[in-house]
Amino acid sequence: MLSLPKNFETFNDARKKSFMALYEAKQRGKKVVGVFCSYTPLELVYAAGAISVGLCGKSEQGIPEAEAHLPKTLCPLIKASYGMALTDQCPFFYFSDGILAETTCDGKKKMYELMSKFKPVHVMNLPQGRDQALALDAWTEEVKLAAKFLEGLFSVEITPEKLHDAIVYRNKVRRAIVDIYETAKLKPSPVSGYEISTIAESADFHFTDDDLVAKLQRTAKDLRERVRTGADGRPRVLITGCPNAGVRDKIIKTLEELGADYVCADNCAGPRTQKFMVDENSEPYRAIAERYLKINCSVMTPNTTRFDDIRELVKEYRADGVIEIVLHGCHTFAVEAFTVMNMVQNELGLPYMRLDTDFSQSDKGQIETRLGAFIEMMSAAA
Amino acid sequence: MVYAGIDIGSTAAKGVLLNEAKTEILARKLMPSGWNSRQTAEELHTWLLSLGHSREDLRIIATGYGRVSVPYADKTLTEITCHGKGAAFLGGGDLTVIDIGGQDTKVIVLTGGRVTDFVMNDKCSAGTGKFLEVMANRMGLGLDEFFAMAETGREVKISSMCTVFAESEIVSLMGLGTPREDIACGAVGSVVSKVSALVNRKSPSGKYYLTGGFCEAGFLVRKLGEVLGAEVITSPDGRFAGAIGAALLG
Repeated sequence: MLSLPKNFETFNDARKKSFMALYEAKQRGKKVVGVFCSYTPLELVYAAGAISVGLCGKSEQGIPEAEAHLPKTLCPLIKASYGMALTDQCPFFYFSDGILAETTCDGKKKMYELMSKFKPVHVMNLPQGRDQALALDAWTEEVKLAAKFLEGLFSVEITPEKLHDAIVYRNKVRRAIVDIYETAKLKPSPVSGYEISTIAESADFHFTDDDLVAKLQRTAKDLRERVRTGADGRPRVLITGCPNAGVRDKIIKTLEELGADYVCADNCAGPRTQKFMVDENSEPYRAIAERYLKINCSVMTPNTTRFDDIRELVKEYRADGVIEIVLHGCHTFAVEAFTVMNMVQNELGLPYMRLDTDFSQSDKGQIETRLGAFIEMMSAAA
Repeated sequence: MVYAGIDIGSTAAKGVLLNEAKTEILARKLMPSGWNSRQTAEELHTWLLSLGHSREDLRIIATGYGRVSVPYADKTLTEITCHGKGAAFLGGGDLTVIDIGGQDTKVIVLTGGRVTDFVMNDKCSAGTGKFLEVMANRMGLGLDEFFAMAETGREVKISSMCTVFAESEIVSLMGLGTPREDIACGAVGSVVSKVSALVNRKSPSGKYYLTGGFCEAGFLVRKLGEVLGAEVITSPDGRFAGAIGAALLG
């Protein structure tokens, strides 16, 4: 039975509005699947006649409540995601019919066990490396199992035709998102990286009936035609590492206010991931598995293709420096950061800075000083 | 035109005036930052204007934690860039700068006089001046007395990195009758080990220059050199490095 959460009246107007919008969409029969990771094959969700929504926590909200169940030292993204879900504060989680999850990191896979107590959750077993024996075979089977879960959840059949259409559609969405990101290849970039990342992210929450691809294409065109004055000579930064939506205001906004441009997101939301397409002409399940296994997350070992990507992106986006964001508790990115630092400094000869942080505001001042110093360092090197 | 650097740190505020060629320090001013950065900045302004140069003839650059409170500055820069530049002026352009400040500690790698890498302590006060200030206070000592005592002590291990926990740890040590000399020596050892861990996160050049308020704390400088396995150079002007760097960048 569709209803609003018990604490609905305590929400502010913006939150009430997004709850109502989704409530109405659900009343019209929309089916919703929550996802937490770029490894989740969205094609399956669309082939099942549902829409996907990204549920990663992006603020401190929900963290205190999450810490009643989860360790304080866990990554803020996992805590925030779980906390928002637990407290019914996130309309997208609340109205999700089920969650398509993955074993990307240890924190998340164990969190999903707790989450499954209050929502149907299917966890896909992601291989830990691309070169392992049977990695692609196993992952293809996982993609099929996930399809079965969705078929059961919605009592539908994912036919080869539906899957093919979904593949073609998601490829179009991805191309349009990459187009938006590539606006920043222009020097100077006509639009701030803060704005680009916000626009790209909005594609994760498309539950209206208008055409998402057309909308994104229009936006890309508008951005490209924009004229930005006074932006010459601003150092250009590539940001790598953990997902950064939860620190967008603390780091990206501050970086751009202090005089640099965030031109390239080398993370799971950015072009590094979006550029991979699913082969539309081969067996769909295997083609999906192949595409998703290419994603360069530090959970993979070895993860050498991430480094090839950074080299390429630095060149394509003409970056003057690299900032790595490591969220507290994210062991894989924290360890891999050492290799990234050596590569950026010694091989590419560019300034590199690593910021270890979480979603709190307690290090706002320190981060501002570090960003300021990093910009001065890039400017002096130019 | 002469060049002034104003460095308002969390504990001490520093002012420096350089000659037109930026080769010589004409005047220095050191004062506590106090509780009001704006007022401190105002006092430094008055001092600058008393040095015989008109405002039009002065170019003023502000840095440090309180740089936002210097409305009369022509420009502001972060303390990283300024400490790097100042240390290059004092000790040469190819070295690793260690700045132990009142509330943060920085390691800055200089190559050819330019900052090529840096790292700062995370948000706690372990390994900063604040840590030693709190420990000295707890033992009823001024910092000079504290260092003098530390020099004659035998190091006891203080295991807590957190200033608050370390304070209760030394209270227990005092309760056990451990000599103050040994505790002071242990507290210096704690800062030195934390600072050297920070240094080792970067690729140090093997030549170190200490800036900040401990530039005349010979015992700490020596201990730091022992742990790093290299000589740590400094001079009484080390505490003015940020202000000197600011003036140089004017």
